[in-house]
Amino acid sequence: MYNGVDQFTAKPFWHNGPAPGAIYNFPGTKTHGTNGSQRSQTPITTATSIVAMKFNGGVIIAGDILGSYGSLARFRNCPRVLKVNDNIILGAGGDYGDYQYVKDVIEQKIVDEECLDDGFKIKPKSMYCWLTRVMYNRRSKFDPFWNTFVVGGLQDGVPFLGSVDKLGTAFEDNAICTGYGAYMALPILRSALEANPSPTEEEARALIHKCMEVLFYRDARSFPKYQVAVINKDGTDIQGPLEIQQNWNLAHMIN
Amino acid sequence: MAMMNDSRPHYPDYSTAGAVQHSFNPYADNGGSVVAIAGDDFAVIGADTRLSTGFAIYTRNQKKLFKLTDKTILGCAGCWCDTLTLTRILNARMQMYEQEHNKTMSTTACSQMLSTMLYYKRFFPYYISNVLVGLDTEGKGCVYSYDPIGHCERSTYRAGGSAGALLQPLLDNQVGFKNMQGDAFEKVTKERAIAILKDVFISAAERDIYTGDSIVINLITKDGITEETFPLRKD
Amino acid sequence: MSSIGTGYDLSASQFSPDGRVFQVEYAMKAVENSGTAIGLRGKDGVVFGVEKIVTSKLYEPGANKRIFNIDKHVGMSVAGLIADARQLVDIARRESANYRSQYGVSIPLNYLNDRVSMYMHAHTLYSAVRPFGCSIIMGSFDPQEGPNMFMIDPSGVSYGFHGCATGKAKQSAKTEIEKLKLSTMTCKELVKEAARIIYLVHDELKDKNFEMELSWVCEETKGKHERVPESLYLEAEKSAKQAMEAESDSDTEDM
Repeated sequence: MYNGVDQFTAKPFWHNGPAPGAIYNFPGTKTHGTNGSQRSQTPITTATSIVAMKFNGGVIIAGDILGSYGSLARFRNCPRVLKVNDNIILGAGGDYGDYQYVKDVIEQKIVDEECLDDGFKIKPKSMYCWLTRVMYNRRSKFDPFWNTFVVGGLQDGVPFLGSVDKLGTAFEDNAICTGYGAYMALPILRSALEANPSPTEEEARALIHKCMEVLFYRDARSFPKYQVAVINKDGTDIQGPLEIQQNWNLAHMIN
Repeated sequence: MAMMNDSRPHYPDYSTAGAVQHSFNPYADNGGSVVAIAGDDFAVIGADTRLSTGFAIYTRNQKKLFKLTDKTILGCAGCWCDTLTLTRILNARMQMYEQEHNKTMSTTACSQMLSTMLYYKRFFPYYISNVLVGLDTEGKGCVYSYDPIGHCERSTYRAGGSAGALLQPLLDNQVGFKNMQGDAFEKVTKERAIAILKDVFISAAERDIYTGDSIVINLITKDGITEETFPLRKD
Repeated sequence: MSSIGTGYDLSASQFSPDGRVFQVEYAMKAVENSGTAIGLRGKDGVVFGVEKIVTSKLYEPGANKRIFNIDKHVGMSVAGLIADARQLVDIARRESANYRSQYGVSIPLNYLNDRVSMYMHAHTLYSAVRPFGCSIIMGSFDPQEGPNMFMIDPSGVSYGFHGCATGKAKQSAKTEIEKLKLSTMTCKELVKEAARIIYLVHDELKDKNFEMELSWVCEETKGKHERVPESLYLEAEKSAKQAMEAESDSDTEDM
């Protein structure tokens, strides 16, 4: 039984006293070890790029559903875009286990918030700021969450898009891509936004699809199935897995 | 229930002993340059708006100037996650000072506090090149520059960040009139300071890949702070 | 009370010669001073009703609620000392969060009930602590398991119930509940019954003002515990008031 060693379990009634649910814990029988701890120094099962942009009246975030084990395409159904609540969506790249842990924490935050029963719902900027602090605190303990998160949403009706990496480096922009997407998808989105700074949702969807296609052809850790999270004034929607139509006809010309 | 603050929940059932490794690098170089020039009754500071890592640009419009008071501005370049943390704590400290003493902090007090805060992280420093500018209690413009662990120096002009080493000699020549023959050197005016500032950033953007996109310039005078932006090359 | 002054009522850690723990019995008295709380378990969910007595007109409406969300799928209504109850609410929330973080699924209500009962019981064992001055009713609905409801006493004893009542008017409320065919009724119907019973057992002479709280966790809410929608609340309140009038009319006819 527990000895009140974490925040969930009830504390002892008084110092060194019995804890509820652990009334047979006599003094000196502490089970908490003082050994060295294992830290996530390297990511294990990883997910690749996240591609995201703002459009007129909303935000779109996409990520494929592959969990890679090094160069092995190990897990083929790893969803990593998430609806946090009606005004926040989230995409994650990097270590999939760390993502699942953070996701559980976020989901518990939402339950806690609903328990308060005051009708308040966390907004994207607060979520983004909170994630920044979580990531920075972990990196400062030399035990980082090996992820890059992209937070999207509507902050009082205004589109918001921001990114946080494993160090706590955080910034906002109109288009954000992580991983290989930063090199191959982001230039596509930036030049499209330069030509048309306020695309419609349909235009944004088409652009994101184009980016996912480019990434699929060039990024060896990518996958032809991806999910898209879209947030607009009508709410949050997660679609997919959507498929990328492959065409390797060009291949016979290369030998 | 804040799970993250102290530790993750500990379940004795699952605990195993493990080795500790340190291959993770907690710092990043996110580039950026800051240039500040002070005169007798003004101080001007500029910072570029490019936030980058290696060969990738995170964003082209990241403000790196932080207003601490109506007379004091801090410019930061270096590790961006440290900058975010430092400026957030700094703002909290500014507010605490204001509530405790019923007045806003003077530029000199800010400069000392920043030094102390940096030194308190001596053995896990904030990897930031800080330049603090403002008007001192006599209304004179001043520039304070720091190393990452809190060494502080007052001067009248400074270049910091990724193009700091590139620009400081240029400022020595143009603002400090160092190693020059002749006698009548004029003190720089606000207009001249801003013109020099733009020029040196244009030069930096040519040679330094971590400096570019645009600059935000803040001018502090007794009448308050004015802000202007100036485009740089984006490649 | 004959036990007063015998010396056996000062500590929860001592029995009286005839085998009673007076502190626990006093705690039950504290519950009997509070507004009535009822729980009704129908075929498709659980409905909570609370008579929250308002002792001053100066209070904000809706303050000091007596129905709480514990987790997405668990609701709790309380009778007794509200501050004591809030601590139990906190413990129950921690237990639920802990269970979810370990097993990734919602906590089963019988397990949560065991844990909270154990916590309450632990407070009846030591001289340094005081038993909880409240009774709590917990309910949940699961698509597979169906509805579930438990009530815990200050002693830490708990039972599963089809219908239960605690607080000031528990006797008359129980009499009313016993008249219902609970296992065949839907939550929609039970909400009206709950409202009717709360209005019926409310004592106009002793306590002037009260607020009624109604919540449910059922098929219709997709297993989520929430306050009943405003339209249903108003409808239930209206029919409760009509039932009261009809009753008082028939009373005068009898005379």
